[in-house]
Amino acid sequence: MSLVYAGVLSHAPGITGRADLVKNTEKRDEFYAALDRQRQDIEDSGAEALIVIAAEHFANFFMNNMPAYCIGIGNRYEGPIEDPGWLKIEKTDVPGAPDLATRLTKEVMHTVDTAYAEEWKFDHGIMVPLNFLTPRYDMPIIPVNINCQGPPLTPLNRTWEFGAALRRACDSVPEKIALVGTGGISHWPATPDSGKINEPWDREFLDRLMRNDKEALLSYKDEQTYEEAGQGGFEIRTYIAAAAAAKGQGELQFYTAELPIFAVGCTVAKFSITV
Amino acid sequence: MSLYHLQKFLYELNRDDSVKEKFHKDIEGLISQFDLNTEESNALREGDIGLLYVLGVNGQILMHFAALLGIEWFDYLEMMREGIKKYGPVRAGVYAMTGGGESFTEEGKGQ
Repeated sequence: MSLVYAGVLSHAPGITGRADLVKNTEKRDEFYAALDRQRQDIEDSGAEALIVIAAEHFANFFMNNMPAYCIGIGNRYEGPIEDPGWLKIEKTDVPGAPDLATRLTKEVMHTVDTAYAEEWKFDHGIMVPLNFLTPRYDMPIIPVNINCQGPPLTPLNRTWEFGAALRRACDSVPEKIALVGTGGISHWPATPDSGKINEPWDREFLDRLMRNDKEALLSYKDEQTYEEAGQGGFEIRTYIAAAAAAKGQGELQFYTAELPIFAVGCTVAKFSITV
Repeated sequence: MSLYHLQKFLYELNRDDSVKEKFHKDIEGLISQFDLNTEESNALREGDIGLLYVLGVNGQILMHFAALLGIEWFDYLEMMREGIKKYGPVRAGVYAMTGGGESFTEEGKGQ
């Protein structure tokens, strides 16, 4: 098998952009240390490319032509689209993996009608993870998007199938591939409620995710998620796709709801990859 | 209702440096390219974050626009709260305020 690493991590512009406003700096630094261990795990896995299953925020896709799923097959990408001073990440070029990504896309298409794109601009949803996981921007990246922003959204059972298809695609190629899903759990970002986090909801979700309990994960309904976990909760799709790709149980390496300035509970976890 | 076009204006502005340049040099020309009503075009001209929020602009689109205008984080959150006080609840979309206007960010309290 060629999927050599699978994990999840939070993204949010505040994680880099508002780092200096944090009061609980000890907790912040624990979070950064967990992200650095994730970087080390990915490097130790021998991965030749990193798939980032993201939930972008209108950097590329809009309601004029919104794909439920998209895979980047470009040669290079640029980001962030945001003001670098605001995000505190400089604009940079990120290498792609066009040949590998195209082969993966072809395989995914046997079961999921994914879109693909040779052009892709990264927003904080990918740039913040890369800032920690590939800080030298020297690993080829395959961006993958699940629409979590512009309803109607893809159902969770299809999200699972998409993750499973990515896994099957990874298994069909000789390259070693790492995969991360990046999103938030409960959060109300970019609203006046920014910083609100439903910690019990997050912990229940993470329990289901770490057990990789497909039935329990797919039992969430968007109406209820919106009510209890905010519109940011729709991003659980990225975590569910990562779990479907890994198949194995997870290990929660870090979680805190004590950094509200980041506007999201902060999560780092990895999965065992099983057949 | 032309919320779709209002959001599309901001979507293209947020992601494209050439549109940003036009926004700064010829905002009227840029506005004329989109099907916007007077309220919407005024909100863009004036950078009225509160009104754009109430009109239903997706928070992720609005957040990037606020950053482009150089608005600090806590000012941005406060502008949305002020918008609700002035114009009423969010009229569309999934970014409604649910917390009654309180601050959920310890760092933002007392500012």
